[in-house]
Amino acid sequence: MTAGTVFVKPSSTLDLVVRGRAQRASRRRLVMGILAASIVVVFAVSLMVGQTLYSPADVMGVLLGRDVSGATFTIGRLRLPRAVLAVVAGLSFGLAGVTFQTMLRNALASPDIIGISAGASAAASFAIVTLSLSGAAVSIFAIVAGLGVALAIYALSYKGGAAGTRLILVGIGIAAMLESVTNYILSRAGQWELQEALRWLTGSLNGTTWPQVLTALIALVVFGPMLLSRAGLLGAMQLGDDTAGALGVRVERTRIIVIFSAVGLIAFATAAAGPIAFVAFLSGPIASRLIGPNGSVLLPASLVGALLVLVADFCGQYAFGTRFPVGVVTGVLGAPYLIYLIVRTNRAGGSL
Amino acid sequence: MTSSHTLVAQALTLGYGDSTVINGLDLIVPGGQITAIVGPNACGKSTLLRSMSRLLAPRDGRVLLDGKSVHKIPARELARTLGLLPQSPIAPDGITVTDLVGRGRQPHQGLFSRWTREDEQAVADALDATDTASLADRSVDELSGGQRQRVWIAMALAQHTDLLLLDEPTTFLDVSHQIEVLDLLTDLNRSRGTTIVMVLHDLNLAARYADHLIALADGRVHAAGAPADVLTEECVRHVFGIESKVILDPTSDKPLMLPIGRHHMNVTV
Repeated sequence: MTAGTVFVKPSSTLDLVVRGRAQRASRRRLVMGILAASIVVVFAVSLMVGQTLYSPADVMGVLLGRDVSGATFTIGRLRLPRAVLAVVAGLSFGLAGVTFQTMLRNALASPDIIGISAGASAAASFAIVTLSLSGAAVSIFAIVAGLGVALAIYALSYKGGAAGTRLILVGIGIAAMLESVTNYILSRAGQWELQEALRWLTGSLNGTTWPQVLTALIALVVFGPMLLSRAGLLGAMQLGDDTAGALGVRVERTRIIVIFSAVGLIAFATAAAGPIAFVAFLSGPIASRLIGPNGSVLLPASLVGALLVLVADFCGQYAFGTRFPVGVVTGVLGAPYLIYLIVRTNRAGGSL
Repeated sequence: MTSSHTLVAQALTLGYGDSTVINGLDLIVPGGQITAIVGPNACGKSTLLRSMSRLLAPRDGRVLLDGKSVHKIPARELARTLGLLPQSPIAPDGITVTDLVGRGRQPHQGLFSRWTREDEQAVADALDATDTASLADRSVDELSGGQRQRVWIAMALAQHTDLLLLDEPTTFLDVSHQIEVLDLLTDLNRSRGTTIVMVLHDLNLAARYADHLIALADGRVHAAGAPADVLTEECVRHVFGIESKVILDPTSDKPLMLPIGRHHMNVTV
């Protein structure tokens, strides 16, 4: 190596860099385009298909506010809010999950594994069953509990810097505790609230109403851009706190904003749809395998989350004869994947 | 082409928790030169670098870059002038060389900002300067230790800073890769005028490659200056607590330190 190489062939390397980036960007656009198109298709199908089949024209009519006999109620009041919440909750869980996984450099560090969803879920079920609250009050309970749990895990696992593995183990312990709290609250509730009870155990979109959708949507509009705009900072923080600091990232400040936003997303989505099992956990690793090393995985993971919830809810409703809540389906998908990931991480020490 | 920046520490006291690591230290980093910092394990070399690059707030005293306290310069602004390569940065799984090098552009980009021609050029230059263009699409996990260290240096270069601090850039490398990395840093200093400050373990390599050598002991500067003036038998005794023989390096005009050890006390050199 000589100093001369700096000047000998700058143009060819520049071409290489530019071409490489263009290739990666086009691969990325392709994958995201396919994901977005799939979401639109499944969304449309879930509006049309059900116990009564409606034509695309009927669906369009309802969406445009025309009065179509029968369809206006079934689509406008039942299917549409349900499908919209599926997308909103999926986007929120996917984005928040991958944010935690990226920041803590470990796929197991997603909010549904380390107890943040469990905290929001326990608080929401407490607010609904024990205090008979509803609407925004439930969301407030969920977000306060989610943040509280996040802080508690951070504090309990902090020992001269937050260590990944310790944080995850503490989180799993806290999750187990909080799930038993939810179980206890639900066992005190009347048997007739079974549908509602299932929502807080595994997550469900049954009986979704517009106000629920709206709170979750507002949270997504507020917190989503806060996270997506920090994709670059998160990318720098993946290199270690000192490296990120040397790159001009204010690490502690970024971490606080990111944790707060991600917990906000999780808590509001959980308050609306329950802790839909494993979506936060699955979306990031699936997206990172689809996208490959082609840029930030935040937005792709969010799309994967939306697609997962839409498909799982559709299957849960119509594929098995009996109607299952969406969380049962995602749980069946997620558990084997969790085991696979633990086995793989154990061998290779992988992070996402 | 020489960097006109001055980096100075004044009465600097640093520590973690109850322990004080650096105690009332003064030092000057000469602009446009290569400075090497040596000293025994746990004498605060890394702590000093972290504080000089704003990562650790001083207990007392200050670090001045061009007369301004680095802890008062906004992080992003400082990161365009002064870069730091920590001792063990983490490469995310599966990241490619170009992607990793591109992350050095962080301080030049805003939230949501687009990738510009200038960014592409900086990455290409950094790959060329470190001779890693042929590795551009490879995954960092697959590289050898020496290649990986060149890639990290490329990331620091893409940051386009006039000052570059490196914490033990040659640790865990075999001798050929150590020389490769130090030659590369010298190239950068000579061709771009980048001021280089590095913590090194190997006294002889430090003396060989540095224009300015700083020996730390007990949280203070024991000696600083040209290697020939700093690397003396007295200095090695004081800083490392061992007897040694310092001779003239036959391949350069720099001092060469030969440690003696208990079993060779009576051998004359």
